[in-house]
Amino acid sequence: MITGSNASKTPGSDYISRRFMRVWQRNLIVYGQNWKIGFLTPMLEPVFYLLAFGVGLTVMVGNISYRGIEISYPYFLAPALIAINIMNNAFFENTYSSFVRMYYQKTFDAMMATPLTLEEIITGEIIWGATKSVIATAIMLVVISLFGLIHYPHGLLILPLAFVGGIAFGSIGMFFTGIVPRIDQFNLPIFLFITPMFLFSGTFFPMQNLPLWAQHLAVFLPLSHLVKLTRDLSLGLLNMEMLWGLGYFVIFCLIFFPLAINKMRRRLIK
Amino acid sequence: MMEPIIEALHLRKAFGNLVAVDDVSFEVFPGECFGILGPNGAGKTSTIRMLYGFSPITDGSLKIFGLHISQNMRTSKARIGVCQQDNSLDPDLTVLQNLEIFGSYFNIPRKAGHERALSLLRFMALDHRKDTKAIELSGGMMRRLVLARALINHPDLLILDEPTTGLDPQSRHQVWEKLEELRAEGLTILLTTHYMEEASRLCDRLLIMDQGRILVQGKPPDLIRQYIGRGIIEVRAPVPALRMYLKSQDLHYEDVGHRLIIYLNDDDNLYHEISNKYCKEGCVMRMATLEDVFLKLTGRELRE
Repeated sequence: MITGSNASKTPGSDYISRRFMRVWQRNLIVYGQNWKIGFLTPMLEPVFYLLAFGVGLTVMVGNISYRGIEISYPYFLAPALIAINIMNNAFFENTYSSFVRMYYQKTFDAMMATPLTLEEIITGEIIWGATKSVIATAIMLVVISLFGLIHYPHGLLILPLAFVGGIAFGSIGMFFTGIVPRIDQFNLPIFLFITPMFLFSGTFFPMQNLPLWAQHLAVFLPLSHLVKLTRDLSLGLLNMEMLWGLGYFVIFCLIFFPLAINKMRRRLIK
Repeated sequence: MMEPIIEALHLRKAFGNLVAVDDVSFEVFPGECFGILGPNGAGKTSTIRMLYGFSPITDGSLKIFGLHISQNMRTSKARIGVCQQDNSLDPDLTVLQNLEIFGSYFNIPRKAGHERALSLLRFMALDHRKDTKAIELSGGMMRRLVLARALINHPDLLILDEPTTGLDPQSRHQVWEKLEELRAEGLTILLTTHYMEEASRLCDRLLIMDQGRILVQGKPPDLIRQYIGRGIIEVRAPVPALRMYLKSQDLHYEDVGHRLIIYLNDDDNLYHEISNKYCKEGCVMRMATLEDVFLKLTGRELRE
């Protein structure tokens, strides 16, 4: 009687209760141990970028036409910086940091010996990644508002947007954590996925400057939608097209969140 | 008859083609300390990982607290304390925080968790280090902290995977003392180990397994009596005449090259006979131990 391990039943069922918040709390407490360093990046990064690109490039670039209005380059750039940070915070939290917890610190092993289920652990991790995106976004909003580049009250909607975007990027990050054999192999998704998005999602220059095929390709990239949504909100340009962007993220999460849990289950439950 | 805390029947675990646990059946009763012994790779850890729901069973049946494991995992896990082989403490957090956060996974209210953590730290003699980061503790202290953490939910069953591996003798004895105290309080304990001294000292009953299968199962003194007998004579650098003598007398012995291990029979004069005639020095009579049973059953080859 030979039965493969994949054929056997998963104990604990794939059932998620509110208990996942315990995992989130654990990460929050650890984050609280060195929050000062955690706060530094989102505080300084926009300043550096706005000085380097904003001041340095504005003279050369001049105004940019966006949705029929003329805006100066810093207005164009600042929301993209927020969007990039939303992506990076969740993605890096649920790749490198989650991997360290899973593989080196055996945190998930310890949790799985408690009433927590694997599904709750992964959910807690992804919601935590999204929370880090929100924290970073809040800090950046404050800093960028000092430059007067955010339109209020619409700009406040960027906070819930950061949460949604964070879940999307955290889910795909966790998906990679479920499949990479070694931690240094995160280089591959970063080089092939994160870096091209960072450059070509309408972040530093309008997407219209790209050849048409590249513009069509960019429609599939989550960051391009996040940049558009963030930019519209920070410029106060509410429009119906934003629903498409939100719909994109809902579908993205519906695909990658279960996929992440599935890959982590395969990785951890043997 | 008391209902067993653990009831494993024909348990089997396969990873692809590799069968790690094969037809393992045993029961652990309330208040008992039960040991799973075996060389590295025998399937000890695979067996207990199924017990705390870490790993789905491939075949067989497994009941904990009278409930089938696959259906009642969350309720069962709430009543089990697990001390894993790997150190899984949160290095960035303090000793106290490690316990409090772990308590929250069991939905223990904050205040109750705090008090429980403090009393466990006193029990494990770690209360003076409660604000130290876990990463700064010594190996023995870390293990005691992991043990304290496994007790945070007042478990009805404590599962320990090699609780003293890598500890110095002082720390090991301290862990043993704590485990003996817990046992005296009536806690049911299941432990894996490859230290025979640990098993003889702590376990009421045990099983020895190798290559995924159970070799023997029973109480340590019974196993020693059954498989080794009353005692052992060890002879260093034996002379050839001794081997001849042993063969002629039809005695049980093991030849390890430069050493002979002779199992004592009912003849009280055997030791005098051997020590007087065949070895003036390097000849020792001693009590048989669990280690003798273990080596006899699992062989002396290295497991690597």
